[in-house]
Amino acid sequence: MWSLSSISNAIHTWLNETFNPTWAMIFEMVIVGVCVIGLFAVLGLVLVIMERKVAAWIQIRLGPNRVGPKGMFQSMADTVKLLVKEGMTPNGVDKFLFNLAPLIAMIVAMLLMAPIAFAKDFVMWDLNIGVLYVTAVSSITVIGILMAGWASNNKYSLMGAMRSGAQIVSYELSAGLSILTIIVFTGSLNISDIVLSQANGWWIFKGHFPAIVSFVIFIIAVTAETNRAPFDLAEAESELTAGFHTEYSGMKFALFFLAEYINVFIVCAIGATLFLGGWMPFHIGNWEAFNHIMDYIPSGLWFFGKTFFLIFLIMWFRWTFPRLRIDQLLNLEWKYLLPISMFNLLLATALAILGWHF
Amino acid sequence: MFIVNYIKEVLSAVRSLLVGLRRTGYYFTHHKEIITEQYPDNRDTLKMADRFKGEVVMPHDEKNEHRCTGCTACELACPNGTIKVITKFDISPEGKKKKAIDKLVYHLELCTMCNLCVVACPSDAIVMAQTFEHSVFDRASLTKILNNPDSKIMEGVE
Amino acid sequence: MVEEIGNTTEGDLIINVGPQHPATHGVLHLIITLNGETIKKVEPHLGFIHRSIEKMCESLSYRQFIYVTSRMDYLSSHINNHACALTVEKGLQIEVPDRAKVIRILMDELTRIASHELWWGAMAMDLGAFTPFFHAFRERESINDIMEETCGARLTMNYIVPGGLMQDIHPNFQKRVKDFLSLYKSKIHEYDELITGNIIFQNRMKGVGYLSPEDAISFGVTGPAARGSGVSCDIRKLYPYDGYENLQFDEILETAGDSFARYMVRIREMQQSVRIIEQLIDNIPEGDFQTKTKAVLKLPKGEFYTRVETARGEFGVYIVSEGGTTPYRIKFRSPGFSNLSALDKMARGEKLGDLVAMMGTLDLVIPDIDR
Repeated sequence: MWSLSSISNAIHTWLNETFNPTWAMIFEMVIVGVCVIGLFAVLGLVLVIMERKVAAWIQIRLGPNRVGPKGMFQSMADTVKLLVKEGMTPNGVDKFLFNLAPLIAMIVAMLLMAPIAFAKDFVMWDLNIGVLYVTAVSSITVIGILMAGWASNNKYSLMGAMRSGAQIVSYELSAGLSILTIIVFTGSLNISDIVLSQANGWWIFKGHFPAIVSFVIFIIAVTAETNRAPFDLAEAESELTAGFHTEYSGMKFALFFLAEYINVFIVCAIGATLFLGGWMPFHIGNWEAFNHIMDYIPSGLWFFGKTFFLIFLIMWFRWTFPRLRIDQLLNLEWKYLLPISMFNLLLATALAILGWHF
Repeated sequence: MFIVNYIKEVLSAVRSLLVGLRRTGYYFTHHKEIITEQYPDNRDTLKMADRFKGEVVMPHDEKNEHRCTGCTACELACPNGTIKVITKFDISPEGKKKKAIDKLVYHLELCTMCNLCVVACPSDAIVMAQTFEHSVFDRASLTKILNNPDSKIMEGVE
Repeated sequence: MVEEIGNTTEGDLIINVGPQHPATHGVLHLIITLNGETIKKVEPHLGFIHRSIEKMCESLSYRQFIYVTSRMDYLSSHINNHACALTVEKGLQIEVPDRAKVIRILMDELTRIASHELWWGAMAMDLGAFTPFFHAFRERESINDIMEETCGARLTMNYIVPGGLMQDIHPNFQKRVKDFLSLYKSKIHEYDELITGNIIFQNRMKGVGYLSPEDAISFGVTGPAARGSGVSCDIRKLYPYDGYENLQFDEILETAGDSFARYMVRIREMQQSVRIIEQLIDNIPEGDFQTKTKAVLKLPKGEFYTRVETARGEFGVYIVSEGGTTPYRIKFRSPGFSNLSALDKMARGEKLGDLVAMMGTLDLVIPDIDR
């Protein structure tokens, strides 16, 4: 299988030969940082145009079609607009927290990129507790949102932030439990190990019923965690105008906006890694020829294909369903998703102990 | 029994959501259902209904003649004071004085396209045109004079 | 508990929804007292789009004032015009030709469907589903095209005049209406798939915003909002006008009194309107579309009142005439104003998110409330 490790190893060796190890380390960090920021920008642009096209086609419209071929540069034009707009800080807000909040949302999204395996041997930080790291860091998002809501000195923002707090704290549980189902099967928290364990089949196929159930629960829970419709109560447009980012404008708003999309990307990447095999090509048992052909498709393509499929699912939800009410949202979590995922985890554990999975 | 109901509830809920997803998925994949009209681009092919009330105009024939007698029926019928008829007295070749319009001033900015003036006109001098792109940069240009300069009343219209 | 709700205590949040807010569909201003997410009080403030239409009408002649009423409830402008024409005809004691009557009813029912289509899309959008809005507009657009072809305008038609109609129907009218009916019937199941059957939607609507029949009557709620509570108030059935008495259609009644009942009333009412159109579209009688009236209309001294059923409820026109060419006083009884007054009663104790749903099921058109 073709791999990116040769390139990264070559860079690593060259840096170490040319400079002393400390400088080599710093240069590597800079390269990674630039890559992350670049990926951020590209992902933001791609996801926004994708969302608008999906929405348009579902709503029997054409969608953006003016800027560039078939409107593909629309999100770039939007970014330029947001960049040149005035970033207002209204009177009466807590200026420090108000300006800090979008940065926190952004930094959290950046941090989450670290342990994700984008392709074969292409991980920024091959952490042995990668999944745990992601679940832990992603819950910091709520602090950014609460900070924005509180500092805005606006009742709509405050209500949006409070809703978001309740929502994220609750849905972390079932997201965590559904991730645990896969951890039980693999016995490892390392993302690379999890991907490697799916060489002979993805967990959604290998894990029988519990894997499918936990996949469905995972998708629902992460939709809620990223504040996407039908769980977009934090920014419920028809109730709270724009929720926690009502008072934000210009680039500060754009950072929230971007962070939301990056968060969607990351949770979908985690979902693709855990359930759909990450960068691992589609393999079927003993069909050697078929597996061999599949190996020719680059691993990065597999990863991004699966991730974008999950992102499409989440967008599809958004443009189909009405929004839930806050009490129904919590009911759904505590009365349905949590019991089901607990029972499901039990079942998965039994399967894993008995070794009934493939 | 509780468990059975619980599971039934969950399944029927999931089913109702899938039905909705199937419907939106259908539209996502069937692009021929798209109903967007790309307005400024289709200006050449765009045809308004022949009764569309766009603005009041006064048709003139090739001899630059209109049918307006200056009876002010339209001015009286208009609810908003959109139309103002300014009359003059023409001297006919026989030396008789004859009432005719000097100007028929039409304020497009006041008009609600209610069609009452067209209905009220006894000699069918004014009609509704099918134009619809009325935006201008200067409000003064919305005030129009409907009769052409040097136009005359048609023969036989009383 | 009842005592507690309604009195502002410390820790309550008072928020202004509107006059510029995505939920109010216009310039309605609601002052909401909240305890957490629970609504304690809703105070509607009006007057942001008051154009003193009633006073304007007093200076206009009996032919002219009709166009102004299109600007009140702009979604059922045709039915408003119909009511005004009926009142003037009552005063003049003139009989309208049968052809005009049938066309008036056809147009009324088309307007009703168009209005309910818009309501359906807008209400789904209030609840966070954006897609139905566009799907509803597809069907509404074909009604608007029919209107444009025959009346010359899409929204404020001014097609009805005292004595009949302004113009005869367009030759294509019957074919276009039949096309619309077949389009509508092929799409009606999508409404159920997208919204009505959706579990999230049902949970948002059922048992929410309860309005008892007694409250509905005492607040003067009419139209689908009252029929959702089981109050029979369809003017088309109770006080038929212009030939509604000869038509086969049902008055839709739901007894639950919650948001979902009001929703279902409108959905089923659209089908009844289709039924009425189907009865009439092939049976438009030949003849004049207008009776000859004098150039200047003068109503005799006296008071005249007519009511019709608009898409939102009972719409009444009250004219006091002194015998001149202009009315001495005109009063409109608009359905939206009374329906809005029940909002506080319905909303108390419910969640903020449901307020939007309740406003959606009341189908408020703000210019109709303020006039």
